[in-house]
Amino acid sequence: MEIDREDGRTPNQLRPLACSRNILHRSHGSASWSQGDTKVLAAVYGPKAGTKKNENPEKACFEVIWKPKTGQIGKVEKEYEMILKRTIQSICVLTVNPNTTTSVIIQVVHDDGSLLPCAINAACAALVDAGIPMKHLAVAICCCLADNGYAVLDPNKLEEKKMTALAYLVFPNTTLSVLPEGSSLVEGEPVEHGIITSVTHGVMSVDDYFLCVENGRAATASLSAFFRKNFQQSQRDSSKAG
Amino acid sequence: MGLPDSSQDLTSEMEVDAFRRIFPLRFFERHLSESLRPDARPLDKARDTIVNLGLVSTADGSALAKIGSTTMLAAIRMEVMTPSTESPDEGCIAVEFHMPPICSPIVRPGRPAEAAPVISKRLSDTILSSGMIDLKELCLVSGKAAWMGYLDIYCLDADGALFDAALLSAVAAFSNLQIPVVALNDNGRIVAISDEKEQDNASIIEEEAVNKEKRKLTLKNIPFSLTCILHKNYILADPTTEEESIMDTLVTVVLDSSDQMVSFYKSGGEALAYSSSIKSCVELARKRAKELKEILGEMDVD
Repeated sequence: MEIDREDGRTPNQLRPLACSRNILHRSHGSASWSQGDTKVLAAVYGPKAGTKKNENPEKACFEVIWKPKTGQIGKVEKEYEMILKRTIQSICVLTVNPNTTTSVIIQVVHDDGSLLPCAINAACAALVDAGIPMKHLAVAICCCLADNGYAVLDPNKLEEKKMTALAYLVFPNTTLSVLPEGSSLVEGEPVEHGIITSVTHGVMSVDDYFLCVENGRAATASLSAFFRKNFQQSQRDSSKAG
Repeated sequence: MGLPDSSQDLTSEMEVDAFRRIFPLRFFERHLSESLRPDARPLDKARDTIVNLGLVSTADGSALAKIGSTTMLAAIRMEVMTPSTESPDEGCIAVEFHMPPICSPIVRPGRPAEAAPVISKRLSDTILSSGMIDLKELCLVSGKAAWMGYLDIYCLDADGALFDAALLSAVAAFSNLQIPVVALNDNGRIVAISDEKEQDNASIIEEEAVNKEKRKLTLKNIPFSLTCILHKNYILADPTTEEESIMDTLVTVVLDSSDQMVSFYKSGGEALAYSSSIKSCVELARKRAKELKEILGEMDVD
């Protein structure tokens, strides 16, 4: 039994993606990422000298500031800041610029479901725009479960409210490699199958969680391809202009 | 020649404590290769867990949970409030997690811990989404009065696995909670009935008791959590603060009593979680849930 989604998408279909970089002129790197109607603006300032008090001075430090569209900053924003900070710390090469702080500011422009994955993708694009050294990108997707056990990707706000459980999953991006396939496996799985970050809401069975992870992994391929195309295009444009 | 050689010379001369401070990762990896940790625990074993109920006499329910050295004190106060119009026969629970300066040297009065609001929100989400408490049980008069439970959890000693200990103390406090006796008086307001025996019969006849005696909440689908560290091929259950600061990949799995997953929380970290690690963490969480269920079962009468 197929799920009918209101906007006519199939369960595994993502909303239209749009990404533009270098939109803010004062910041060192910026990006705007939208998935359907959810739009997030990310700006990166850094690296700046010095780390905060309790941070390790032998490594680069990141701070994230999350600004909601309306309302005061509360625990929800603090949690998002911490998740984003730890995700960024795990994808960036921290030893290149030790004893520095890089600030990532996230401004929510519109929230129509799947906000945290959108923000993570925007932050990644902004970090690339700023030239912060990274090991790989973090590709984020939201997967939710309907009560009949079907998994649906990239829900909008109405769908999120109706679902029994949802999972925000972040994977490394898929690699285009000249090496033969078997050589880059870790524990028998390709590197892009590992989960960087996972946050779940609602109760689901363990098998349902694995189903979400499977669907998420499949979606990262299309998201990674979008990232790659977007970055290569702007590279071509800037090399033509320069 | 480089650092490795000189450290090998040093290790034969260096004291254990100095080696632990200067090369913490190497110190731990030496232990991990023997499938042990510095406190002689095997990799999949959690620390000793103690739960004590009913310590705070002024609160309607309270509990102290200790996992190793991590100590959490949870207390619940019930207050009457008007329910919202969208859910007129449901009460409400507000969860707050505090990290006072007593718990850790990095928390100072002017510098609140970054982890506190995050753990607070995660606890709130876990307790409400697990369905442990039926909010309809907190209703007094539909549409007019319902109970609001303020759950405050104080961290007295932060030594790793804060979320696990906080969730355990919250669950124990709810199992200890006794909803006070109230009555609806003439003005239509809810008043508390005191336990004093001097209350004369006249006033009891005037006030219609809404609930006759102190009652406890029925808890179903109790959530139990386990935090693990992923480091290379090793999975360490129930880390201490020292282990958390050296190996930064933490995975928290929350399972409820019917083996459903309430939460799988991994927030960044150097190591990626592959299917095999996820399965192992879930297995460890299952074993831990059984242990915790026994410990709580010894406390509860029902």
